[in-house]
Amino acid sequence: MTLEICYILAAILFIVGLKRLNSPTTARNGNMLSAVGMFLAVAATLCSGDLDYRYIVAGLVIGGAIGGAAARMIEMTAIPEMVALFNGFGGIASLLVGWGEFHSGRTELGSGTLAAIGFAVVIGGVTFSGSVTAYGKLSGKIAGRPVMFTGQQLANAILLIVTLICSALMVAGPGFAADYRLFAVIAVLSLVLGVLAVLPIGGADMPVVISLLNSYSGLAACAAGFVILNKVLIVSGALVGASGIILTKIMCKAMNRSLTNVLFSGFGATVASHGAKTEGAVNPMTPDDAYYVLEAARSVVIAPGYGMAVAQAQHVVRELGQLLEDNGCEVHYAIHPVAGRMPGHMNVLLAEANVPYDQLVEPDAVNSIMETVDVGLVIGANDVVNPAARDDKNSPIYGMPVIDIARARTVFVLKRSMASGFAGIENPLFFRNNTRMLFGDAKSTVSALVASFKA
Amino acid sequence: MEATVYLLFILVLSIFLGFELISKVPSTLHTPLMSGANAISGITIVGAILLAGRQEDPVSAYIGAAALVFATINVIGGYLVTDRMLAMFHAKDKSNPKDRN
Repeated sequence: MTLEICYILAAILFIVGLKRLNSPTTARNGNMLSAVGMFLAVAATLCSGDLDYRYIVAGLVIGGAIGGAAARMIEMTAIPEMVALFNGFGGIASLLVGWGEFHSGRTELGSGTLAAIGFAVVIGGVTFSGSVTAYGKLSGKIAGRPVMFTGQQLANAILLIVTLICSALMVAGPGFAADYRLFAVIAVLSLVLGVLAVLPIGGADMPVVISLLNSYSGLAACAAGFVILNKVLIVSGALVGASGIILTKIMCKAMNRSLTNVLFSGFGATVASHGAKTEGAVNPMTPDDAYYVLEAARSVVIAPGYGMAVAQAQHVVRELGQLLEDNGCEVHYAIHPVAGRMPGHMNVLLAEANVPYDQLVEPDAVNSIMETVDVGLVIGANDVVNPAARDDKNSPIYGMPVIDIARARTVFVLKRSMASGFAGIENPLFFRNNTRMLFGDAKSTVSALVASFKA
Repeated sequence: MEATVYLLFILVLSIFLGFELISKVPSTLHTPLMSGANAISGITIVGAILLAGRQEDPVSAYIGAAALVFATINVIGGYLVTDRMLAMFHAKDKSNPKDRN
């Protein structure tokens, strides 16, 4: 009875905690409440009865030490891969809980429980191996580009169907020994499926994949909840599942693509140049000349992208923004939802660099005033500022909502080289009359601008 | 069977509640939302504890202990890193010396 009440309280704290995430002023407190809820659920479970504490203490100590150290040491630029890995750990934990219950239940398991175990193992397995693959791509340990082979979709479909058939057979229950073989097949196939499902997805589509895996990790917890008939697992798992689904939807909308397209098309694998040929010349500029324009500017919009994270340029960018403001200029940071490698990635990096969150605005908020902006500063972003998405019906990204930076009076693009973005699409922005290219490492270019302001 | 239906009922309501809650989160906070939600999905830790503490079946206890390690990393790491991120978000405040350095 007390246990159930503690679980209800924990669920309430999770809900209130998520609710308080609706504003940056209350978010930290919300996360704290959610953690208290988790503590309550764990403490109540520990006190719930006849438990052998040896393995429990060992597991909590080892896991706590690893998790604590990882959370403390991680660089903010590496948050996407860390979240991916943690997602995977949640998935494998659900798989293992399903396995343990299966092992100890033996012949006494009803078909409902067996079905729940099947779900926990399949979703948990796909979440784990998919997340580890995503981690590999995000951290650069394996190639970030889409890995495709002929018949890939067919192979994945067959794999999924076989996994489901095995699960159905297991639920039908031919006997424990045969069930155990089926169980092993299901677990292995799920793990293979997770890898194969994430391999064809390119690095720039990772925001969608992480969101989706986030949702899966919640659903895996939910399935584990059905295995042990525990309501707090079901409620919390469902909340996380819903959260991941919403984020997935937002990310797809921000790219003007369907989820199926993101998951199966291998976008960016074919580097064919679609769309109209771009005309005009590239106009390079030195930071010294750029300084004079910025010095005279009354309003500046900064559009950061993944390149800023790679160059670790967020701190110098903030310094430049501050100097511009001190110079009487209005500064906004326009953040595209899919800039970076996970939803909100740029916001966290700029928050780390001490940029106030009210300066971080969504594309819609600046697009309407773009004509009045003196300088648009593009730092390591490419496709999210591509005007072809608005003007060129033949472009593969036509219709994708972009930051309309091309309409600013002057645009500075900080870029390593003339290479195209993830989609292999030419960006006409670079060839426009009002665009100046500042080639080189984003961090050193911005540092040079900062130095000019200070001189 | 009745128990399962009852649990499905809870599941469906929770999903709708989740949609309501999450659609109000601003895009600025999507990364902390994701890692915070991720920590909540570590609630499997409850199942792992019950399994790891099972006395009559050592193999299940081993499996449970492994599950517990992963779930604990997920929970502790998830909450701490979310807190670290959220601590960095602050509003514009000219009197705040951190803004002016």
